[in-house]
Amino acid sequence: MSTKPLPAVSYIKIPESGEPYLEGYQCGACKATFLGTRQVCSKCGARDQMATKRLPNSGKLYSYSIVHRSFPGIAVPYISAIVDLDDGTAIKGNLIDIEPDPEKIAFDMPVDVVFADALGRKDREGNSYISYFFKPKSA
Amino acid sequence: MSDAYVVGVDMIKFGRFPDRTVPQIGAQAALMALDDCGLTIKDMEALYCGNLGQAAGMVGQRILQEIGQTGIPVINVSNACATGATAFREGWAAVKAGLYDLVLCVGVEQMGKGLLGGAGGGSGISREGLLGSGTMPSVFAEAGLEHSRKYGTTFAQFAKVSVKNHHHSTLNPKAMYQIETPLEVVMNAEMISYPNTKLMCSVNVDGSAAAIIASEKKARELGLMKRAVKVRASVLTSDPWQERDLVMPDVNSCTRLAAKKAYEMAGLGADDIDLVELHDCFATAEILHYENLGLCGPGEAGRMIDTGEVALGGRIPVNVSGGLLSKGHPLGATGIANIYEVATHLRGEGGKRQVEGARIGMTHVIGLGSACGIHILEKA
Repeated sequence: MSTKPLPAVSYIKIPESGEPYLEGYQCGACKATFLGTRQVCSKCGARDQMATKRLPNSGKLYSYSIVHRSFPGIAVPYISAIVDLDDGTAIKGNLIDIEPDPEKIAFDMPVDVVFADALGRKDREGNSYISYFFKPKSA
Repeated sequence: MSDAYVVGVDMIKFGRFPDRTVPQIGAQAALMALDDCGLTIKDMEALYCGNLGQAAGMVGQRILQEIGQTGIPVINVSNACATGATAFREGWAAVKAGLYDLVLCVGVEQMGKGLLGGAGGGSGISREGLLGSGTMPSVFAEAGLEHSRKYGTTFAQFAKVSVKNHHHSTLNPKAMYQIETPLEVVMNAEMISYPNTKLMCSVNVDGSAAAIIASEKKARELGLMKRAVKVRASVLTSDPWQERDLVMPDVNSCTRLAAKKAYEMAGLGADDIDLVELHDCFATAEILHYENLGLCGPGEAGRMIDTGEVALGGRIPVNVSGGLLSKGHPLGATGIANIYEVATHLRGEGGKRQVEGARIGMTHVIGLGSACGIHILEKA
């Protein structure tokens, strides 16, 4: 078992000191950004042009759904959100700290990416995980 | 290249058959399609079989064990919700290439109840409800709300798709359900993933459908041209790169690409199409596909459902079978079941739901991942 929490997905980076952040891969030829490693760009086909890129911690809500029924054991309701980060990278996650009510949610609302424990979920070995969430920017 | 024709086609009434095996369910439709054109398994030169749930289970060969083991080649196909259409298209391609004169295509599925979707993987914990939702109702809700952000499409407009398709299914004895669902009933049904309520999600059912494709020479030789349906276009696409496709499975661009290619192959335009069976896996999806298939211009899909243009009797009836929302969606069978529906109208055998004077029809399916299959059919 790890003594420190693990990243919930490979594109969350947890440095020795300092805050966690999101890391993407960007194609040097066409600038398309990907989450997770990739050898060849699936947009332009360029090889060996991928480089890591630290992704911004803020963006805007592009689309969402309010999930009232999920797989067994998953707490509902929650907001599943598609966010365009400030550099244009699209990312999916939970939108928190807002009522799960379509009247309260606005397209393009600014959000921050925040990092926290992965809702108390642990793997079979008892490891804890760090995940990211979207939080409405305070006005 | 010779033209290829559907000479026999049928589907079983969709339902739940937990006491039967997948091959048994598939065999039933295969025999019905053979009977539809008066042929037997001994006339078939190849079998193309679509099934997802037992993709590694040699379902096609096991169907032959139920209807006749003649030693013909069997091609088992799995391609998400485009599985049936892919099996049909592979059969069509072989006939077009002159490899065979008669082939049998079968789509079959036995479904459990419950939500479809992937919970994600990779790390040691479930990502569902942690990094958004991978459930299908949610994924298609997000695709629907993308349309809302662009064009202001409302929850009620999405819901009207279900009202229409459930109404159509009351005229289709082979649909899983024949129940009217007024707008307030659809909108007040259990919310699964806003804006998709339970009545806006396709029905998980067991089912099968089958088609026999013949070369023109063989169809004429056997005297089967009278009820034959010509395949004017058969297209399959995968999802071209899109900027959000890492987080929003793409249902739009691969459909647009397939529609463009299908119209080109057929030498037709959207105005020539008399009816469409499209992939209404969720009510939100149907709205998107009016535009993706060119049935209306960008941003006009809401008007299409409001004015009834897409209802039976309207300008371009969509999903007169009841669609996946009410006829049901046995994944591997759906792509051939909608070919059955369109062929039935082109033959003038649609009964109470007949689209009057239908001469040309289109079928569309999309499997997430993604695969889009489109066929354009014409009365011979």
